[in-house]
Amino acid sequence: MSDDYLIKADGIEVSIGGRRILSHADARVGAGEIVTLIGPNGAGKTTLLRVMLGLMSADRGTVQRRAELTIGYMPQKLVLDPALPLTVNGFLGLGIPRGDTGHGRRLAVLDEVGAGLVADSPIGDISGGEMQRVLMARALLREPDLLVLDEPVQGVDVVGQADLYALIRHIRDDRGCAVLMVSHDLHVVMAATDRVICLNQHVCCAGHPETVSRHPEFVSMFGENVAAELAVYHHRHDHDHDVHGDVVPHHDHDHDHEDYSHG
Amino acid sequence: MDDFLIRAGIAGLLVAALAGPLGAFVVWRRMAYFGATLSHSALLGIALGLLMGVAPLFGVVAVGIVVALMLGFGNRGGKAGVLSEDTLLGIMAHGTLAVVLVVISFMDDVRFGLMGYLFGDILAVGTGDLYVLFGGSVVVLLALAVLWRPLLAATVNEELARVEGVPVAAVRIGYMVLLAVTVALAMKIVGILLVTSLLIIPAAAARWHSRTPEQMAVLAALVGGVSVLGGLAASYIVDTPSGPSIVVVALVLFVLARAMATVTR
Repeated sequence: MSDDYLIKADGIEVSIGGRRILSHADARVGAGEIVTLIGPNGAGKTTLLRVMLGLMSADRGTVQRRAELTIGYMPQKLVLDPALPLTVNGFLGLGIPRGDTGHGRRLAVLDEVGAGLVADSPIGDISGGEMQRVLMARALLREPDLLVLDEPVQGVDVVGQADLYALIRHIRDDRGCAVLMVSHDLHVVMAATDRVICLNQHVCCAGHPETVSRHPEFVSMFGENVAAELAVYHHRHDHDHDVHGDVVPHHDHDHDHEDYSHG
Repeated sequence: MDDFLIRAGIAGLLVAALAGPLGAFVVWRRMAYFGATLSHSALLGIALGLLMGVAPLFGVVAVGIVVALMLGFGNRGGKAGVLSEDTLLGIMAHGTLAVVLVVISFMDDVRFGLMGYLFGDILAVGTGDLYVLFGGSVVVLLALAVLWRPLLAATVNEELARVEGVPVAAVRIGYMVLLAVTVALAMKIVGILLVTSLLIIPAAAARWHSRTPEQMAVLAALVGGVSVLGGLAASYIVDTPSGPSIVVVALVLFVLARAMATVTR
């Protein structure tokens, strides 16, 4: 793979309170690429994201960013103290540099993410799905080179999830920005992901997701269109994890993903 | 009208103008206990100022800034982070108060008007005090104007603000220092025990009738201003203690604001 990356994490190790969260985790995102971090709960996906964002320091390992990289960040969820009165519009204004706070631009981006109707609503009154879109708008207003999304579909129903994933793909296609996101669902990964990194303390495997597998259950439950947005990523590991998370070698070693050594 | 009353009114309005926006942040950031700790430690500043022969105001500002920095830097997690900020604030608030009372007992030669500092003496505000208060208010409000956007962004969500390039820690400590200075300036007017209420009550009353943070800050300043004038009027006419009267009026306005919010819903 070329060295043309926007952000690159190498050999990240993090322990919290004596518990190993990440060991030798690597991840990189190239320009215009959609990379999804997947893995079970507690696999360290959000931790790796936080280290890459600079919100947390790693015990070992390095994070390199391209010079003057603008990041648009969409946190997992945002709980606002109801004591703070804030409209959606005011919230959006906080994320962009002073003097660049045109009302029209904010409305245009809200429309782009499909939340144009809530522009003047108090932020405490909008639904969870609308909030995700507003957070997305705030990230996009920064004209980012890299969009970082931490479980962007959390708290959104399944049809809304498909919409949001479709939106993420459109944004990438329209703006050409790269996307790095976390999904805690091992099985459902969007069709539009260019590369999947499967994490469980370390990188188990990484590679292009398999072509959409038209799982009959998805097709029957949500219809053809939604099913096309969702892919079931059937991947095989070269090892299993025992109950302690330690690696147990697998008999079957042939797989079609990039190989990672577990040092 | 008497000169002392006019001076008291101007001083009270200046404090209200400060306490409104800064108090809004106290409410938003859930720092009511921090405000209380600052005002308790202010008493230590006064005692130290008197002991060392410098103006009490400087002692208060100095101690307040030290407390703000200790809490701003001290609350960084790690091994020390197992105790909640709440607990640390409680220890500092009552610890400093106790130290002050012990220190005072050694100060036989200095008359220490403890009651005046606890409950304020707005009617004793002199022309010199007004100049200090006016200068301090202008500096604090200008600094707050500069800090407003990053501080608001960090208050809404600290991590988002950090990723977006806001120097969150510096902004927070800057705000704490401004709050310390405000407490020092307001202390003379309403007294240490009532400074926190002037920070919180007007801001809370303003919440139900604001759609934006800026509206809430301005409305809080207005509610504070009305409280000051109302309390002074009561104090003048009915001869009630001025500091507590101001807070009582603020309390009445708070209840009214709450009732109005229910009616208009």
